[in-house]
Amino acid sequence: MQQKPGITEFNSELLDLVNKIKKRYPEGRQKSALLPVLHIAQAENNGWLSSEIMDYVASLLEIQPIEVYEVATFYSMFNLQPVGNCVIEVCQTGPCWLNGAEEILAHFEKRLGIKAGETTPDGRFTLKTVECLAACGNAPVIQVGTEYHENLNTTKADELLEKWTAENKISHTNPYL
Amino acid sequence: MARKILLENIDVPGLASYEVYRKLGGYTAVEKALKNLSPDQVTQEVTKSGMRGRGGAGFPTGMKWGFVDKKSQNPRYLVCNFDESEPGTFKDRHIGFLNPHQLIEGMILGSYALGASTSYIYIRGELFYVLRGLEKAIDEAYRNGFLGENIMGSGYSLNLYCHPGAGAYICGEETALLESLEGKRGNPRIKPPFPAIFGLYGCPTVVNNVETIASLPWIINNGGDAYAAIGIGNSKGTKLISACGHINKPGIYEIELGLPVEEFIYSDEYCGGIRNGNKLKAVVAGGSSVPILPAHLILKTAAGEPRLMSYESLAEGGFKTGTMLGSGGFIVMDEKTCIVKNLLTFSRFYRHESCGQCSPCREGTGWMEKILARIEDGRGTMKDIDLLSNIAKHIDGNTICPLGDASAWPVASAILHFREEFEEHVKLQKCPF
Ligand SMILES: Cc1cc2nc3c(=O)[nH]c(=O)nc-3n(C[C@H](O)[C@H](O)[C@H](O)COP(=O)(O)O)c2cc1C
Ligand code: SF4
Ligand code: FES
Repeated sequence: MQQKPGITEFNSELLDLVNKIKKRYPEGRQKSALLPVLHIAQAENNGWLSSEIMDYVASLLEIQPIEVYEVATFYSMFNLQPVGNCVIEVCQTGPCWLNGAEEILAHFEKRLGIKAGETTPDGRFTLKTVECLAACGNAPVIQVGTEYHENLNTTKADELLEKWTAENKISHTNPYL
Repeated sequence: MARKILLENIDVPGLASYEVYRKLGGYTAVEKALKNLSPDQVTQEVTKSGMRGRGGAGFPTGMKWGFVDKKSQNPRYLVCNFDESEPGTFKDRHIGFLNPHQLIEGMILGSYALGASTSYIYIRGELFYVLRGLEKAIDEAYRNGFLGENIMGSGYSLNLYCHPGAGAYICGEETALLESLEGKRGNPRIKPPFPAIFGLYGCPTVVNNVETIASLPWIINNGGDAYAAIGIGNSKGTKLISACGHINKPGIYEIELGLPVEEFIYSDEYCGGIRNGNKLKAVVAGGSSVPILPAHLILKTAAGEPRLMSYESLAEGGFKTGTMLGSGGFIVMDEKTCIVKNLLTFSRFYRHESCGQCSPCREGTGWMEKILARIEDGRGTMKDIDLLSNIAKHIDGNTICPLGDASAWPVASAILHFREEFEEHVKLQKCPF
């Protein structure tokens, strides 16, 4: 499975977006825009943050690259290694566990032939476990990009997998656009 | 039917749009406040209402606003805590997604009271679809003159922005949230100084939960006294309870504080009883961080009084026989639930979410997870159970922020109330469930 090549800089549309976000914070506090801009950078760079793109973000916000690495390594939504086109995140915390999250995870592992944390050899899917997604009333829950899929069962999981395979789903889309 | 303050119109189609919200009386509280009330009068109404912060700690909102350093020459900020990451809690997303203008109206009222001219809504990164709806609603509020320069000709101006997190429960802790909003790692700050003195960018700041802020329009429209007339004791008003686990009707319920727990669990208006006709085993009443209680202690206090959904009643008996209202994340477990395994998922959560600044929390959360995993797998010893209690005891109270305590209480309370179940795992050398 071919992925789009990674990017090392933003086009003018993205730069406009970055400038709009920077203006939300006071003069000299443009570092505040780091999390939103990293979300954009990750989405545009096939779902992960390469050191090139992090250095570029540092230059955009006029901060040191180390300030970007520090942050990128702290927050669990940032991927520091390449991921598949479609990242499936399965919630595993108490309330989801009470409602069969382990079964859902095992089902995805079986269907995709990989373990949590791995990517299929064709690069289509990455499977991850995550912690409570604030949707526990509709457990079990998974997240794919900015979409939530709630009240999951194995039948629904199969339907989703079929659909995503057919459309070659890409989960990392720019969350602001 | 109980009185509804937060969810009264939640089922109205199109509520997320400005037109529908406005038609239902939206933004009248802003009109009232900006025309007729001074900022201090808005604060006074909130103080009178007896509102206690809905983020988990239950601190009186009016009093918190009163701590803000008004003499400082620096700008002041109101920051809405929409991090909603405490397991079992899913109420803020309900408001933010279905009724964003209620939150925005509350932000305008709170910002006006505090004298803030820029305010932020910090929302957990996973909820980008909610953030997009909020930004759309914020644009509508600007277009209709409720945000921006000189709101309704009052001379008061406010800019409001959303800011996404990126996956870190600790950023719900208010000082970690402020660090995160400054573009840094979410490491909690040592307090004091409190945010009211030294908050965002070192300026006086108030951090309030979504539900707290979304209650403000009603309080201003109806008066603090009307709000204080609802509820029981020092638990005023209504509270959103997000109920999940083994119940017939999981979901978000608005209750008047003081409702008996038994009614909440068993009546058809709320949870509708335990699923599949099973028996109730245990409840975690206020999000994963509060002590777990077995069925008999959640339904009645140790003194045999009916337990009520209120700050005081849930806490009655202290750590030995009580718990906390917390965030209102109500997790119900039936008789077939393994307490050890449930606890293991919580301990894994806290290990994953510890920011790593203090050794008791960074190391202790990992040890607790490891020991629980081996007990659950049937490789534990009787000594392990005491070791767990011991670790929990040494974390509690010895860390920079309350995440340490939050990781210790579930462990300590589960052993206190369900020790036999841990011992059974050890004796059988496997999980009995
Ligand atoms: C580890 C930790 C996580 C927290 N998470 C949240 C959260 O997700 N949402 C929230 O409103 N408060 C959270 N809090 C409480 C906040 O620190 C703060 O007390 C609250 O936002 C204040 O708002 P309130 O006065 O309106 O309750 C958390 C606290 C801790 C220690
Ligand atoms: S208690 Fe845990 S989360 Fe809180 S500051 Fe210390 S290490 Fe970080
Ligand atoms: S535990 Fe999965 S959404 Fe809360």
